[in-house]
Amino acid sequence: MFVSLNWLKNYVDIDQLSPEDLAERITKSGIEVEGLEHFASPANNVVVGYVESCEKHPNADKLNLCQVNVGDETLQIICGAPNIAQGQKVAVAKPGAILPGNFKIKKAKLRGVESNGMICSLQELGVEEKFVPKEFASGIFVFPEDAEIGADVNELLNLDDIIIELGLTPNRSDALSMLGVAYEVAAILDVPIRLPQANYHSNDEEIEKQVSVKVDAVEQNPYYGAFLLKNVKVGSSPLWLRNYLMAAGIRPINNVVDITNYVLLEYGQPLHAFDFDKFGSNEVVVRMANEGEKLVTLDDQERTLTNEHLVITNGKEPVALAGVMGGADSEVSEQTTTVLLEAAYFDGQTVRKASKDFDLRSEASNRFEKGVDPNRVKQAGERACQLLQQYAGATVLNGVAEYDQLDYSEKTVTIWTSTINDRLGTNISDADIADILRKLNFNHNQDGETFTVYAPTRRQDIVIFEDMLEEVARIYGYDNLPFTLPSGGAQAGGLTKQQALKRHVKRFLEGAGLSETVTYSLTSKERATELVSPEVAEAMVSSVSLAMPMSEEHSTLRLSILPEMLSSVAYNLARKQANVAYYELGSIFISKEEKVTKQPEEKVRLAGALTGEWLTHPWQQEKKTVDFFVVKGIIEALFETLNLDVTFVQAKVEGMHPGRTAQLFVADQAIGFVGQVHPQLQKDYDLKETFVFDIDFDYILSIHANEPSFAKIPRYPSVTRDIALVVDESVQAGALQATIAQAGGELVKDIQVFDVYQGEHLAEGKKSIAFSLFYQDPERTLTDKEVESSYQAILDAVANDHNAELRG
Amino acid sequence: MKEQLHALEKEALQKVGDATSLKELQDVRVAYLGKKGPITEVLRGMGKLSKEERPIIGELANKVRGNIADAIDSKKASIEAAELEKQLEEETIDVTLPGRPVPTGGPHLLTSIVEEIEDLFIGMGFEVREGPEVETDYYNFEALNLPKGHPARDMQDSFYITEEILMRTHTSPVQARTMNAMEDKRPVKMICPGKVYRRDTDDATHSHQFTQIEGLYVDKNVRMSDLKGVLDRFAKQMFGQEREIRLRPSFFPFTEPSVEMDISCKVCNGEGCSVCKQTGWIEILGAGMVHPRVLEMAGYDPKVYSGFAFGMGPERIAMLKYGVDDIRHFYTNDIRFLKQYHQA
Repeated sequence: MFVSLNWLKNYVDIDQLSPEDLAERITKSGIEVEGLEHFASPANNVVVGYVESCEKHPNADKLNLCQVNVGDETLQIICGAPNIAQGQKVAVAKPGAILPGNFKIKKAKLRGVESNGMICSLQELGVEEKFVPKEFASGIFVFPEDAEIGADVNELLNLDDIIIELGLTPNRSDALSMLGVAYEVAAILDVPIRLPQANYHSNDEEIEKQVSVKVDAVEQNPYYGAFLLKNVKVGSSPLWLRNYLMAAGIRPINNVVDITNYVLLEYGQPLHAFDFDKFGSNEVVVRMANEGEKLVTLDDQERTLTNEHLVITNGKEPVALAGVMGGADSEVSEQTTTVLLEAAYFDGQTVRKASKDFDLRSEASNRFEKGVDPNRVKQAGERACQLLQQYAGATVLNGVAEYDQLDYSEKTVTIWTSTINDRLGTNISDADIADILRKLNFNHNQDGETFTVYAPTRRQDIVIFEDMLEEVARIYGYDNLPFTLPSGGAQAGGLTKQQALKRHVKRFLEGAGLSETVTYSLTSKERATELVSPEVAEAMVSSVSLAMPMSEEHSTLRLSILPEMLSSVAYNLARKQANVAYYELGSIFISKEEKVTKQPEEKVRLAGALTGEWLTHPWQQEKKTVDFFVVKGIIEALFETLNLDVTFVQAKVEGMHPGRTAQLFVADQAIGFVGQVHPQLQKDYDLKETFVFDIDFDYILSIHANEPSFAKIPRYPSVTRDIALVVDESVQAGALQATIAQAGGELVKDIQVFDVYQGEHLAEGKKSIAFSLFYQDPERTLTDKEVESSYQAILDAVANDHNAELRG
Repeated sequence: MKEQLHALEKEALQKVGDATSLKELQDVRVAYLGKKGPITEVLRGMGKLSKEERPIIGELANKVRGNIADAIDSKKASIEAAELEKQLEEETIDVTLPGRPVPTGGPHLLTSIVEEIEDLFIGMGFEVREGPEVETDYYNFEALNLPKGHPARDMQDSFYITEEILMRTHTSPVQARTMNAMEDKRPVKMICPGKVYRRDTDDATHSHQFTQIEGLYVDKNVRMSDLKGVLDRFAKQMFGQEREIRLRPSFFPFTEPSVEMDISCKVCNGEGCSVCKQTGWIEILGAGMVHPRVLEMAGYDPKVYSGFAFGMGPERIAMLKYGVDDIRHFYTNDIRFLKQYHQA
């Protein structure tokens, strides 16, 4: 809402404060002021001039040579505007004037003829073009005849006005009117308010004999009032009214339209003027539209209606879409002489539905949607009649044809000083409360500390105690609330074990060299199904898509963090950032239904992607790029810190390199995978060799229960034995290791692979894997015999299970 | 014999002095102090001396022996020192060459901000709660006093999946969920960080996915001044002790009264500058006293309980604190952006 301070001054005195201070006060106690701007920049030395003569410039076809009386002198001015004419009153910038943009007016010679000033357009005086009335849009501005020659234009054109923009929250629709703003400012500044009077003389023709009103949808339209005005002369509005409309951001059209707009802004009540001669009957019937009924609206669009849309009809066909837009057929034009003026209360939700369905948001629909003040509906019609009588020469018929089932009652809210203080933490007195209610102009009865407040109908937002609590608090001033801390018993805040574990995992991975990402949960439908971990693929039925996505790219809930993460990797590669190591902890969304009827299951996953160089030390000729074992090493170390045994099993996962992928298991539960992205998919994503992992973190959270206990530090020496085994190349190290652990018995504390060899000195299809075995007994020194017997048992077992031979 | 000993001493000391290696020194030791050396020889010939002379010569011989031995020891020490010196010299490296790199990672800036805020409220006795990102219309709107058709639903255009299921538009549903889950209707004191989603086109200041942190305290006798005190403490810890806060009226369907909290502008100290649009204040978060309908729907009697709630955007806080100029930076994961916030 744009509020002209010059306009506002008609209702409340605000001159005691600078506009900035006023804005600050309104922001702190009422409604946020989002902007404060000059309507135009005030001009100096620009006055009203009378064009005494206007002749063609002797040396230029498109220029005119004018003699302009500016009161104390007559200036010869050359003007190029097409609409300049003798007898006009115009805005003259005299030599020495400075116009917006620091444009200095000087005496000059144009094509050999002297010009002493400039005749101005509104744009040249700093008015935004979109607000300039169309008749003056491409030429100079012409004052009404009664403008005083030599008068300063600043005041006449309202150039010195300041506009504040209010950021209205949905509850404060009362401030969608100048009167609402005036009440607000009056309360904040504690100044009286002056309300406009709607006085007009009606003739003795009874409207009821000319027009009837019938409403067939009381819920949607509890009040409909029709005024009839004859002998209307459509023309320009008075200057002051046009100025106010422009200041409020509305372009003046003609007096009838301008007056309905002016009243809309002043009272917050939308009105509609029909050309009664084109109305098509003398009965107004308001009803729900018939399915498929058509109406051509003012913007010349044909609208197809449904039975959820409320229409004004002439008893036969729709003439207006209630509260949203009038029909083209009955539009007021230059030729209009009889106006049927509608002042009605339309239900907000009904108007909202229509304005949404037809994408027609207007000043009118906005106000109806938020709820207008019942007590101002008819008043606004009367105010418009007064202005039309005054400025369009209208004869107003006696009375109003109306249908009235509107609820005008004020809501009562009871408040108690003690409860207010309990809720605010303040020490406000009964007298303070009474004073605040007086400032707000709220009627009330006081009985000690109990106040019965009658919330005025303009404030539809005040219904319950808390609404009044807010009114009291804001007028009392939030700055005046003390700072306290909760008096309730001290609670022990803190992270849950699972939250703490999440942080542990993050810090571990960061220490291991990974950077955390945050990627989008919404991905494309295609990507949503890529790189889905086997256990997720098994659990889900279908991916979940938005009903109305903004774009295909972000239309479907992710089933893996990886696709969006890989897009981020590609983003970096495209910017010459070749080394990327990422991890992310985030939710995926598993639906077990073909068609979604309930929320999908949300599972926290731990994913990562690594590409490029890992460890490089160029001057020592060391260069390590990321490979499977870099990523596996990080995962192994992570699980070690979690005290969980994880096993890696060769596996095929869709989208992954078939020979370089392992599925992860913890206690026989599949919990994810690690490996290289399939070269084809790498290409699709514009990636180089990239390794990823994706782990069911919720499962880890659910089984993690590590409570470290003390174990004695061994005092007895350990014994190391190395063993190199020759096996078929298809035998996996993990399988050998498992056999060794099994056969070696309790004394084998650790088994490490220290060499893998294939080639010379070994038969074709054979490889050698060497292990270091660490033997230890915490209670005593081991004997050679014990170690030897375990060693022999291992040799027998691997020979038996894997056909392994000791390498000679 | 005396002369002989003195001559030997002189000769030996000369050779010790000339020795340049441990080997030469050892040769000198063997030559003069060995069992077959000249001093031993001299001592052997002492039998020919008189009773009076014997102790004198003996003493002298021992003294000469001692002097030579001392000289050898001290020379040995100096040769060893020189050799060590030489060895160390040879071992010298160029310490300005780069060290072997250790991979470094770090948290996302949003995580750092969220954890900082979590820790700050944990310090004031809050718990951290989480909730689903895909919500029901009931928890996202209705339980928060936003019935169907409520005009305030326009404030946050939503991504619906079905008519009843949508991407949560704020973390506020966790308030309702947490209160509902409290079977004994104990006091609730929690914050809830999480991802939220709105139908916005991504640009420098809008993102269809962003982060929110919601806070809720419900108990008997919770006052609005408590909200002011808690928020003041938050603002000072987060943005600096010299920051002031102010509350001003606002509107949220789930709180009444509703306020927005501004902090005094750090750039101009409240004087007015381009960062604060000349107002001296910067908007940080929305807050208010929990609406009685919300309490009631969650099973808390609004006559007995009251509470406050607040909600803030970590992206906005990060943008203010670090001058990040485009919200998309948080989601493109440009490694150069991420690494800027890995330092402690």
